[in-house]
Amino acid sequence: MAGKQPTRTAQEPEIVAGNGLLHRRALLGSGVMLAGAAAAGIGATSAAAEPLKDGPWSLRWGQVLPAYQVPSRFEQHVVRSLDNPTNILRNSRARTPHHLLKGIITPNGLAFTICHGGVPDIDPAQHKLVIHGLVRRPLVFTLDSLERYPMVSRIGFVECGGNSAPLFSNEPLQENVQAIHGLAFCSEWSGVLLSTLLEEAGVDPKAKWMIAEGADNSLLSRSVPVAKAMDDAMIALYQNGERIQPGNGYPMRLWLPGYEGNMNVKYLRRIKLTEEPGMTYYESRTYSQILPDGKAYRFYFLQEVKSFITSPSPGLTMAGGPGVYEITGIAYSGTGRITKVLVSADGGQSWGEAALQDPVVPKAFTRFRMPWRWNGGPATLQSRAFDEGGNMQPTRAQFVAHRGQTTRPPSVLGFPSQHFNAITSWQVQANGSVRHVYA
Amino acid sequence: MSTLRITATAIAMALGLSVGVFAAESQNTLRPNLGQAITPGDLAPWDISVMPDGTGLPPGSGTAVQGAPIFQAKCAACHGENGKGGEAAMVTAGPPRATLDGGKTIANFWPYATTIFDFVRRAMPANAPKSLTDQEVYALTAYLLSLNKLIGETDTIDAKTLPAVKMPNVNNFIIRFPERI
Repeated sequence: MAGKQPTRTAQEPEIVAGNGLLHRRALLGSGVMLAGAAAAGIGATSAAAEPLKDGPWSLRWGQVLPAYQVPSRFEQHVVRSLDNPTNILRNSRARTPHHLLKGIITPNGLAFTICHGGVPDIDPAQHKLVIHGLVRRPLVFTLDSLERYPMVSRIGFVECGGNSAPLFSNEPLQENVQAIHGLAFCSEWSGVLLSTLLEEAGVDPKAKWMIAEGADNSLLSRSVPVAKAMDDAMIALYQNGERIQPGNGYPMRLWLPGYEGNMNVKYLRRIKLTEEPGMTYYESRTYSQILPDGKAYRFYFLQEVKSFITSPSPGLTMAGGPGVYEITGIAYSGTGRITKVLVSADGGQSWGEAALQDPVVPKAFTRFRMPWRWNGGPATLQSRAFDEGGNMQPTRAQFVAHRGQTTRPPSVLGFPSQHFNAITSWQVQANGSVRHVYA
Repeated sequence: MSTLRITATAIAMALGLSVGVFAAESQNTLRPNLGQAITPGDLAPWDISVMPDGTGLPPGSGTAVQGAPIFQAKCAACHGENGKGGEAAMVTAGPPRATLDGGKTIANFWPYATTIFDFVRRAMPANAPKSLTDQEVYALTAYLLSLNKLIGETDTIDAKTLPAVKMPNVNNFIIRFPERI
């Protein structure tokens, strides 16, 4: 806020890119700048306010305080979308409604969940974690015993390797940000560093991998390099301060910051140290990504630098007409911190730098904001993130040239491939509605 | 943690202890050390990982002929008659090559036959996982390999023959970030 403040005589905010993108400084001195814009006749569609009166809630005693509170009854539309609501014998997914959320921490009730056999109902008093294989002392830990260990708390995201898979479609599917990007969320995780437990067990130097296994009905198992286990892996017990939700791994899960969601084994019950990877179902088949030449990637691990705009986005109509709006969204990278997010309102022809909301945490959601004066005409919005590893989010055209796309539009619930991290484009129409496009 | 270690080392030096000895001791003293020892025998019921070289495969054997009726009884409701697919994935040979339009099968994609045994034993059938005997899992593994034309109907699958099954796609994988392993 130091330095020159805009003055009331500076009526026009500085344009930084095509189609009305304003300098992010407009957000800092927003009162002056946006007032200036309004004075210039932009957003002048608002009608005069009605005379004020008390609502009924101001005239009577309120309700009893619930022991565990839930959102207002007026927020019942802010829920996860379910692709298996009757719980038939197949995978179930519940997607996060990013278009209705702000900030960087996903509320626990809205954190995305994927289960391969329903949500297990685990009694924490009977749950055990075994560490064995290439260790000096095979050990068993209970939840109570882990509570005694030194803990750490870190903010970070979990993203399904298949998040954003609808963008592998050869034609843009008319879906919203929840359907397209809803398999990612960000929490504050508290738990015990896995390295602490591995040191207690005494890892044989020959061990290069560990097979992590859950206690769910399919005993989901994945191979993880010991290098990651010793670096920043956590046995997470708490999610945003409270015990982990059943859909997210209660009573304990493996958390591998920045790595493919499926590797972050929920309901963790066993870690076996090995020389070689297990080539489990999920790594040798499901999370191996087919390439156009018929080969396939294996052990992708990393959720690479990515961003998407959450507002405006499909389903959020810009009903107010032309005027000043905030474009906002989420950026994150499994490599580390987000260093920059660019925003375009003209389909990538010109770019302006968005403001990054503090805190900017490595391997966590970073909220970006960009002031925009919409002139009421068509506008194609894009965001492009950069991380501290020097990585830049690719365009969709660049990405599919390497990774391929379908030959016909798939179901929005399908997963043609995984690890899609290219740019998403939302087209604002003259009527204020927003469409998904490729640009 | 590092702060704790520095403090502990400083205390050790102040007490005139050998820092070297203390460093070794600190492994034990700065942790609660609440892990309970368990013998290989006691953890054996959970030690079900099967490796590509066959490590972890139990005694027993089976053939596709033995597996077919088990599949019909316990798997076909979801995976379809003769594995043609239903609510759950098809498990037959399918197209010659998988693409982004779909079609990953055991024959055209799975790199290791051992993964079939490992996954079926831990996860299938979905409505009663871990209800199959090892003998039944061997028979079903043989049936799936036979449906995918990778073995004959009467070929015996056991701890020795399963890892030796030639999987056509085994050499078509590229490790994405080898520096992270």
